[in-house]
Amino acid sequence: MGLKEKLHSIKEDFKGKKMAPAFNALHTFLYTPNETTHSGAHIRAVDDLKRTMNTVIIALLPVLVWGIFNAGYQHYAAIDAAQGVVREASLFGNFFTWDNFILGAWTVLPLVIISYGVGLAVEFVFAVIKGHEVEEGYLVTGMLVPLIVPVDIPLWMLAVAVVFGVVIGKEVFGGTGMNILNPALTIRAFLFFAYPTWMSGDKVWVHGAQAAAGTPDAFSGETILGSYAQNNSVVYDFADKFFGFIPGSVGETSTFLIIIGGLFLMFTKIASWRIILSAVVGAAVMGLIFNGVVDQGWITESSKFYGLMSTPFWEHLIIGGIAFGIVYMATDPVSGAQTNTGKYWYGFLIGFISIMIRVFNPAYPEGVFLAILLMNVFAPTIDHYVVQANVKQRMKRLKLKTA
Amino acid sequence: MALLSKKDRGLILDPLADNNPITIQVLGICSALAITAQLKASIVMGISVMFVLGVGNVVISLMRNIIPSKIRIIVQLVVVAALVIIVDQVLKAFAYELSKTLSVFVGLIITNCIIMGRFEAFALGNGPWRSFLDGIGNAAGYALILVVVGFFRELLGSGTLLGFKVLGDPIAKTGLYAIGYENNGFMLLSPMALIVVGIIIWVQRARNKALIEEN
Repeated sequence: MGLKEKLHSIKEDFKGKKMAPAFNALHTFLYTPNETTHSGAHIRAVDDLKRTMNTVIIALLPVLVWGIFNAGYQHYAAIDAAQGVVREASLFGNFFTWDNFILGAWTVLPLVIISYGVGLAVEFVFAVIKGHEVEEGYLVTGMLVPLIVPVDIPLWMLAVAVVFGVVIGKEVFGGTGMNILNPALTIRAFLFFAYPTWMSGDKVWVHGAQAAAGTPDAFSGETILGSYAQNNSVVYDFADKFFGFIPGSVGETSTFLIIIGGLFLMFTKIASWRIILSAVVGAAVMGLIFNGVVDQGWITESSKFYGLMSTPFWEHLIIGGIAFGIVYMATDPVSGAQTNTGKYWYGFLIGFISIMIRVFNPAYPEGVFLAILLMNVFAPTIDHYVVQANVKQRMKRLKLKTA
Repeated sequence: MALLSKKDRGLILDPLADNNPITIQVLGICSALAITAQLKASIVMGISVMFVLGVGNVVISLMRNIIPSKIRIIVQLVVVAALVIIVDQVLKAFAYELSKTLSVFVGLIITNCIIMGRFEAFALGNGPWRSFLDGIGNAAGYALILVVVGFFRELLGSGTLLGFKVLGDPIAKTGLYAIGYENNGFMLLSPMALIVVGIIIWVQRARNKALIEEN
């Protein structure tokens, strides 16, 4: 008897038992189950939830690999910088090296393991208690979470936040597909408000900076947004910012790879191009407004907003987490707007509000996660008005015809 | 002979669990969110409401046959406002620091829905002794939730209980802090109080399915 038959016969044994959902989840991960849909009319399509989720994970893998190398690179670069050695980033010279990979893997992979381990454990427990199948929703969330936190976040904090995010952000609403908020962003928001010292400042973005603080070997790694918020200039040039040789959360530094991932998602029709496009436009519009305010001289260099307001609008798009947020988070099909017109509004407001929070509230150096969470809450409202507008238009047309 | 008849006992005990003013009737949420960051403030707030509601219910019950029903809300407000002023002055006299912590929320006991609700629903139609029990019971149900929420928020948010550093010293890094534990700042913010109350509601209804509303 082959493995496949064996698993099927075990499945029969589990049927009707409490642990059945837990077994089925592992089983369907390996094999397509040999059962058909029981009722109703069916649309035959190959892209089930698991394939959708796996596509997103594929789009995230380059970012994860970059994040691993970058974690190592930033650590050694910061040590060099503290000793006065200036480093010129070069892809194969000092970026893709074994040292970077080993250090990066040593710091980033535990985040991935904790995120998946804890999150899936919560999912399994809820599936067994409620007696429904384990849903695949956590596959993407579990990959997003390690990419949007600083490298040095303590693992127990991440575990607490994942439990909170999955239970309060998702399970209480009824599990995958029913959540109002994006669970990965709920986890980040929890971390941000619960442990602000580990989520902001100039000590958390580079591995080891927190531990070395106060010793003779101390070094730091301010993010670009952090520097701008304090009206400091940054040493990174355009290529550094665009390709991602900069400190930041694990996965958000390389705008280049995020664009590739975004194109892949748009091409496979997983992510909505409407949301991505309008979010970029929204961010650019807000950036242009601020640039205009600075050009008019209404804001002078003495203002605490000057640094971020005078940042060119296109630069706002490639620094910080906004690119990552727009491509991987705003396009979440569950918590985003559902109607096509609604998607334009939803995306536009995400971009617009992200830059606004980023500039006006230096306490939140990155506004994109708050902007997306806010718009998650408003997405049903946007959809409601889009649908009502359509209804009204049709009623008008009907009246014209009958009159 | 039992101290209280079975019916009277229900007046005290029901609001503690299956008819809790906060978790079942969802009244008095505002103050539950605002002042529960410390356990001490929660306890004092609970006692204050217990005093106001217990005495207020008796007063309203005694006057229930002479209050013209058209102006009964005004009369109730006068009674509750007088009682709240007493509480406020006592707190200012004997627990000044605490009254600063509670600040406006002592005054806002007047607008606490639980109080007007019990006046309207119970004291206007029942005798003084039963009204007193009802007032104490409902206030105790309110205080119970406040204390539970305050317990978790102070323990997880500040690492203290009633001001004692039960988890160790965060600055000297003793106790739990020595192994890397940190206080959860989110617990001190009001949204977390709402979530804690929500979890209590969730647990309570999961244990007693009869409480789940149909929709």
